[in-house]
Amino acid sequence: MSETDTRTTEETERARRPGRERGRDDGKFGRYGGQYVPEALMPAIEELTDAYERYVLNNEDGFMDEFRERLADFGGRPTPLQRAGRLSERYDTEVYLKREDLLHGGAHKLNNALGQVLLAKYMGKERIIAETGAGQHGTATAMAAAHLDMPCTIYMGERDINRQRPNVFRMKLNGSEVKPVTTGRGTLKEAISETMRDWAATVEDTHYVIGSIVGPHPFPVMVRDFQAVISEEAREQAIEKTGGLPTDVVACAGGGSNTMGTFAEFVDDESVALRAVEAGGSTLEVDEEAGVAPNSASLYAGEEGVLHGARTKLLQDSDGQIMESHSVSSGLDYAGVGPELAYLVDEGRVEPVAVDDDAALEGFHRLSNTEGIIPALETAHAFGYLEEHHEDLGDRVVVNVSGRGDKDLDAAIEETDRRDVPNAPDMSMFTGGI
Amino acid sequence: MGETGNSDAVAAAFADGPAYVPYLVVGDPDYESSKAYVEALDRGGADVIELGLPFSEPIAEGSTIQEALVRSLDAGMTPERFFAFAEEVEVDAALVCMTYYNLIYQYGDGEARSASNASGEAASTGPRPFVERAAAAGIQGLVVPDLPAEEADPLREACDEFGLDLVFIVAPTTRADRLDRLMERVSGYVYVQARLGTTGARDDVSDQTTESLDRLREYDVPKAVGFGISTGEHAERIVAGGADGIIVGSALVDVVAEGVAEDLSTEEVADRLEALSRELKAGAERGYRSRTEAVESA
Repeated sequence: MSETDTRTTEETERARRPGRERGRDDGKFGRYGGQYVPEALMPAIEELTDAYERYVLNNEDGFMDEFRERLADFGGRPTPLQRAGRLSERYDTEVYLKREDLLHGGAHKLNNALGQVLLAKYMGKERIIAETGAGQHGTATAMAAAHLDMPCTIYMGERDINRQRPNVFRMKLNGSEVKPVTTGRGTLKEAISETMRDWAATVEDTHYVIGSIVGPHPFPVMVRDFQAVISEEAREQAIEKTGGLPTDVVACAGGGSNTMGTFAEFVDDESVALRAVEAGGSTLEVDEEAGVAPNSASLYAGEEGVLHGARTKLLQDSDGQIMESHSVSSGLDYAGVGPELAYLVDEGRVEPVAVDDDAALEGFHRLSNTEGIIPALETAHAFGYLEEHHEDLGDRVVVNVSGRGDKDLDAAIEETDRRDVPNAPDMSMFTGGI
Repeated sequence: MGETGNSDAVAAAFADGPAYVPYLVVGDPDYESSKAYVEALDRGGADVIELGLPFSEPIAEGSTIQEALVRSLDAGMTPERFFAFAEEVEVDAALVCMTYYNLIYQYGDGEARSASNASGEAASTGPRPFVERAAAAGIQGLVVPDLPAEEADPLREACDEFGLDLVFIVAPTTRADRLDRLMERVSGYVYVQARLGTTGARDDVSDQTTESLDRLREYDVPKAVGFGISTGEHAERIVAGGADGIIVGSALVDVVAEGVAEDLSTEEVADRLEALSRELKAGAERGYRSRTEAVESA
C-alpha cells in the first residue's frame, strides 16, 4: 500500500468514529439542527452536503490529505499541549493548555476557514463570502482565501468594526473586501443575516464560509469535523504526556466552534467532564421590554427556537424575537449556539457554565501575568471559570486557549480601566491617566 | 375547500382573471396608518393581501422590507397586535400572513411548551397555536420564507386542520426533484421567485421568471410571481408570460418609506398606494387579455 493509500484509510477511519457520526445523516441532533433556509439556498445546501460527504468524509481526490498538509505547513499544526506550571500550582490540579493561540492567525478559526475555502475550490466555486464577529473568523478566511487564490468578501457589523480595527486591517491586507453591516446593533447576528442575503443572490458561484458550528446542515457537522483536529491532537497529546485521559476539558463557547472542536473526540470518553464556558456578560437577567439579554449564554439561559437555518437554543423574548446579546468579548456575542452543543447539554453530556465580564477580565490578566500568555477575551472566560470553579474539577484539566489577545488589547485596557480588577496592572498610563 | 388548497377565499382570488397580491408590513410605520394603507390596497384591486409580521432576523429580505420590519418592531408590533389588526382591518381581499418560522413556533402557551420541553418530547404545541389563532383572526394562508418543504410537515398539518393554505416559494435554483416535493405540499398558490437574491424592486423582468413559469406549467396550482415587480408594465409582461398572479412588496413598501421620509399625511400615502395598485392590477389584466386572445386566435 502506498503512503497516500495508508493516509487515506486513516482519514476515512477517523471520520467514521462513532461519536463523530452524530448529525451526519439528516443534520438532526435530537430535536435540534435542520435546514431552515430560504428555498433559493436549498440547492446550494444540498450541493454542499454532497461535497462534504465526498471530500470530507470519503477523502475523495485526497481532499483531507491536502487539508491536513496545508494545516501543517501553512497553519503550523500540530499545536502544543502545554503544562501550565503556575496555574497547576495555584489550583492544586494539573492544568494543560491546548495552544490554539499558536495556530497561524492567532486563533483556532483557521482550521475551519482553511477547510471550507479549500472545499469551495474542490467544488469549483469562484468566490468566498463570510461573516465575522470579533474579526477572527474574517481574518482566518481572508488568510485562507489569499493562500488559495480566491476572491473574498467579509461582512462585519459596524460596531464590531469599531471594536476590532486591527482585524479589519488584516483582512484588507490579505486582499479581502470588508463590507460594514449597519442594520440592528451591528454585531455578529446581523452580519450572518447579511451574508445569507448575499449568498441568496450569488449562490451559483459563491461559497459561504460560515464561522461556527451554526447554520443549516451540513455546516454544523462540517465545521465540527474541521475543528475536531483540536481534540484529535489534544487527546493523543494528553495520553502521551500524562499517561491517561484528562478528567475535565474546558472551552469557552459563543457559537461553539472551538468548544465542539475541543470536545469532539472526548464525547465518547464518559469519564471526561466537558465544560462549555459561556459569556455571562454583566448579568444573566433579561430585559424583555428592551429586547436585550446583557449576556451571550444561550446554552445556559436560552430557549429552543429557529435562527439562521437551525433549531437550537436562543436568547429570545416570549414572542420569539431574537434578543440583542452582550459580552465584553465580541467573539462570544451571539444570541444562538450550535445545535450539537444544545443537544449535548440536554443529554447531560456537556455542562454549560456562565462566567461574567468581570471574571473574564480577571482570567485575562491571570493567564497574562502568571503564564506569559495573553489570551483573547473569549478565551479568558475559560480561565475565569478555572478561578471560580477549580474546586469542582478533577486532577487533570485541559483548557483550550482558543486565541491570543493581541486583537483585544485596546478593549482590555478600556474595560480594565473602567472597573476594579484585583489582579490587573494599573492601566491609567494607557488611557491618558498619567 | 378549493381544488388546490384549503381556503375558498384564496381559490376564489385566482379563479377569475389574474390575481393582484400586494404585500405590506403590518404596523409600518404605525398600527393605524398601516390599517389605512392595507385598506387602500384593497380599494386598488387587491385579490389577496400578504401581511408581513415582522421578525428581528429577516434573512430573505432586502433592505427596503428589512427597514420596514424594523420600523414596525420599533413601533411595538407583536404577533398579538398583528392578529388584532387582521381582525379589525376592513378588506374584501383574502389575507395571508408572511412571517418567519421562529415566531410561528414560539407562539402560544409558554407553560405547555416548557412542560413538553421538560418531558423531552417534540414540543406538542409546535406551530398549532399560531395557526389556530391566525384562523380565528381570519387569516387564510401562510408564507414562511425560511421554512423549506423538508421542515414543513408540522405546520402543514396545522394548516390543514384549521383550513389555511401553506404557500411555498419556488426559486430559479429549485431543481426538478425538489419541485415535486414542494408541489406535493403547497396549497393555495405557489410563490414563484422571479430572480435570485432578496426582495427588492428592480427595473427589468428577469429571464429566470419565464424559465420558472415554463417549469411549473404542468403543475395544477395557481402561480404568482414575485420579487422585483414595480410597474404596471412589469405586471403585464409577467401575466402575459403565463403567471396567474403577481406579488408586489418592495415597490409598495417604498411608497410607505417615502411617506415616512417626506413626512406625508396618511391620506396622501394611502392615495399613492391605491393609485399604484390600480396601475399594477390594470397591467396584470392587460397581460391576461393578451394571453387569452393569443390562445383564442391560435
